[in-house]
Amino acid sequence: MAALLRWATLLLAAIAFMANAQSAPSQPGADGLQAIPALTSHVIDSTGTLSPADRQALESKLTAFEQSRGAQLVVLMVASTKPEDITSFAQRVGDLWKIGRQNIGDGLLLVVAKEDRKVRIATTKALEGAVPDLAASQIIDTAITPRFKQGDFAGGLNAAADQLMARISGEALPAPDSPRGAGQSRQGLNWTDMAVFLFFGVPIGGRILSSMLGRKLGALTTGAAVGGLAWLFTSSLLIAGAAGVAGLVFAGVAGLGALGRGSALGGLGGFGSGGGFGGGGGGGGGFSSGGGGNFGGGGASGGW
Amino acid sequence: MTVLKSRGRSWAGLLVAMSLAAVLSGCGYNDFQRLDEQTKSAWAEVLNQYQRRADLVPNIVATVKGEASFEQDTLTKVIEARSRATAIQVTPETLKDPAALAKFQAAQGELGGALSRLMVVSERYPDLKANKGFSDLRVQLEGTENRITVARNRFIQTVQDYNVLARSFPSNLTAKIFSYNVKPNFTVQNEAQISAPPTVDFSKK
Repeated sequence: MAALLRWATLLLAAIAFMANAQSAPSQPGADGLQAIPALTSHVIDSTGTLSPADRQALESKLTAFEQSRGAQLVVLMVASTKPEDITSFAQRVGDLWKIGRQNIGDGLLLVVAKEDRKVRIATTKALEGAVPDLAASQIIDTAITPRFKQGDFAGGLNAAADQLMARISGEALPAPDSPRGAGQSRQGLNWTDMAVFLFFGVPIGGRILSSMLGRKLGALTTGAAVGGLAWLFTSSLLIAGAAGVAGLVFAGVAGLGALGRGSALGGLGGFGSGGGFGGGGGGGGGFSSGGGGNFGGGGASGGW
Repeated sequence: MTVLKSRGRSWAGLLVAMSLAAVLSGCGYNDFQRLDEQTKSAWAEVLNQYQRRADLVPNIVATVKGEASFEQDTLTKVIEARSRATAIQVTPETLKDPAALAKFQAAQGELGGALSRLMVVSERYPDLKANKGFSDLRVQLEGTENRITVARNRFIQTVQDYNVLARSFPSNLTAKIFSYNVKPNFTVQNEAQISAPPTVDFSKK
């Protein structure tokens, strides 16, 4: 019996390890290439070119557009993209940020390399129809470069944003579900593995723990362990709380079947670990990428 | 005693079910399925973008032909390269056969080279540069070449992931059992040309 227990725990650990190894995201190595700034707002100006008022105006325009139409437009101003050309740099940024709603992928990136005097509009595949390469090139030639030549960066970006928004508005994209909803928790969570783990691991773990600690404490510990694991995988307290409750219910049901008794206290404990909900609800204030954007190389570049 | 026995049996059943799940998710069988499908779709995207380029060529040729004095040699090379590239039949077997993939890549590389040569040459013709239709085509070609690059990179990355899985332990055992072989990948086609510094010649115009 003891050997059986040991094997079971070993197997559990192995499953957990594999699920964990799979969800590790791959970070692009920044060897010698320009670092990509963190995506904190719709307008990111690492050159300090735009005045705070201009930046704010553009930001609120793009935020309003995202709220009404759903599409995410991001403007990024950097000093230089060297040693890469602006096309590969924009591609790298797009691949990292993946702006655009989940499952819709409507994102658009406008990159300005100030010292290189280069600009690029990069479109996700979802928006290649709304903003074809020719249109992007025209916007660069008519709205951006004439103003940039005169040093009017804010004016150029504003005009470009207006034209881009007009084009995207003409596209039949799904309306946004909520002002600030879609695409919140898109961590590298493998739901299938998690489900397999829950279905097989929890009843067994619950049983082991119940036989060791008694069924009330066992169910509670199982719930806590599942919650802890979920928190480890998703780093989201909300999901962890839900998983913890689910684990507790599972363990309770398993205990019911195995031991022929319900665990009323286990159910009570579930409300206790539901406290995670309160803590996990925050963090919705700032701008975050929807994570659905797929940049396939569409768009156009220009210089001034 | 009987209670203990039936308990032991259900324990064993659970263990079997659990180890089955562990084997299924641990030996990489599902990963092979996922990556195999991913390589196929990445390959489809590569083909799609190459086709897009091939479709652009007739328009470019037609526009350039309007320029009476245009270098005939460059133009014929593009036309020939296109017909060679589109003549290659791409089947699912192309993905498994390194020689077929290399041949496909060489033909597409030739077309790419001929096209970029044509674009460079066109700079010498002021009428062509001022032609709106031609500059539109130039933008489209640029976008297409860029899409090809992205699609190729993604294909290379997916095949690499697949091959790593097919070679590393313990998933290589799964690969052996189900005969998931290492897939051929794109290579840099003209290494010698790339490593040589470009020559800039200002003598002509």
